Amino acid sequence: MREKQSFEEDLKRLQKIVEELSSGKLTLGESLKKYEEGIKLAESCSKELQGVERKVELLMKKDGKFALEKFAAEEEK
Amino acid sequence: MPLENKHIYTVSQVTQEIKVIFENTFGNGVWVEGEVSDFKPHWSGHFYFTLKDSSALLGAVMFVRANRELKFKLQNGMKVICFGKIGVYGPHGKYQIIVEKIEPKGIGARQLAFEQLKEKLLKEGLFETSHKKPLPFMPFRIGIVTSGAGAAICDILGILQKDAPYLDVVIRSVRVQGELAAEEIAQGIEDLNQFNKVDLIIISRGGGSTEDLWAFNEEAVARAVYASQLPTISAVGHQINISLCDLVADCFVETPTAAAKIIVDKKNALLAQLESLKQEAGFSVNDTISLLKNNLIALAHAIKSPLDRLQEKEQVLDELFSGLNHNMRQFMSITRERIAALIHRLDALSPLAVLSRGYSLSVLVADGSVMKDADRLRRGDKVKTILSTGSFISSVEEVMPNERKTVV
Repeated sequence: MREKQSFEEDLKRLQKIVEELSSGKLTLGESLKKYEEGIKLAESCSKELQGVERKVELLMKKDGKFALEKFAAEEEK
Repeated sequence: MPLENKHIYTVSQVTQEIKVIFENTFGNGVWVEGEVSDFKPHWSGHFYFTLKDSSALLGAVMFVRANRELKFKLQNGMKVICFGKIGVYGPHGKYQIIVEKIEPKGIGARQLAFEQLKEKLLKEGLFETSHKKPLPFMPFRIGIVTSGAGAAICDILGILQKDAPYLDVVIRSVRVQGELAAEEIAQGIEDLNQFNKVDLIIISRGGGSTEDLWAFNEEAVARAVYASQLPTISAVGHQINISLCDLVADCFVETPTAAAKIIVDKKNALLAQLESLKQEAGFSVNDTISLLKNNLIALAHAIKSPLDRLQEKEQVLDELFSGLNHNMRQFMSITRERIAALIHRLDALSPLAVLSRGYSLSVLVADGSVMKDADRLRRGDKVKTILSTGSFISSVEEVMPNERKTVV
């Protein structure tokens, strides 16, 4: 799973690209380049949210150390 | 002891002193438990009654401003817990409790403790909205403090599996009822904070009686929620009763399902935002392209072939030329007119015109000079006389320089 941080950064970048594109100050070459980048970002972000691979784990603590274990009830399903 | 040496109070002074003593002792209000008797609602809306137990009576007044909030009917014989200040009413020489809150005793000491704790935490600022953290803008991994065997976890996982299966879940399984529950819940919140790999914490439990849900009203839980660095969602029970955990959490919902739905809603909103950003980007690029296209068309119009330019210059030349011709003709006709006028004036000044009236002109033949003075002539000089028509030459016979200008 991707870090939350990078997702937020991607979204911010995407917003900036859209702003730049709508400013009308870019050359056609720049516009197309940014557009391509923007679409890639939007699609990778969307894909992230539409993913289906999830982990459900139990947080255990032994002698002050954390460990993750499979969540049993989830396995039965 | 003689009377004069004693300090003598007036009735008012004594009453005043008593007021001060009561103020110092009960100034912050007291909780008093007793049975309601002699209950009299006044037409003004104020309640007057007496609180009693097996060995004492306490007058009570609950003003309309306070009893408006009352959720139940006050009746004689009812066991209640009242909160208020003890006041002294001088004109009757009576002290009484001025009731601010009243609760039926049936709920028990727990409710009383709850109210006291709630008030304490409120004063400490645990419920302040300014302390509440915003929920993460998009959680990817959530922590849940609940029972691993409870209904709440099934509800939450069910919704997430269906509508947000990208989300990882870390469960901190704890007891959610019984004596140890509060400590475990508080510890679970702390553990997830220490573990520090989730984006938010849901503290949850399925429905149950007030007693079942009590752990979520305990101070340890409230303080752990308040201390959490991670944003918290409280989702306790299926009731409208608001727990202390709800009040302290950054966000609270009535059911575990609703907590999961918050995340699903965020996800859907974000997907919609991504879609609209994508569209906006597309529109902008299309705008840029059509703008450039228009510029191109305008530029194409602006560019002309060399032949076009040559023809243009020829035309300019033609125009200049015809202009020149016109000017020339005009100049010449003006000049002609001026010459004619001059000739006319010359005619008028010509000596020949005088001659035609009978005058004549004499010229000394020797040097061609016109004769105006007889003095200059000598006998024998040849003189040419010019008439209107023709001329003749004659010799001077005699000179008469002083003769007057008269016709001979």
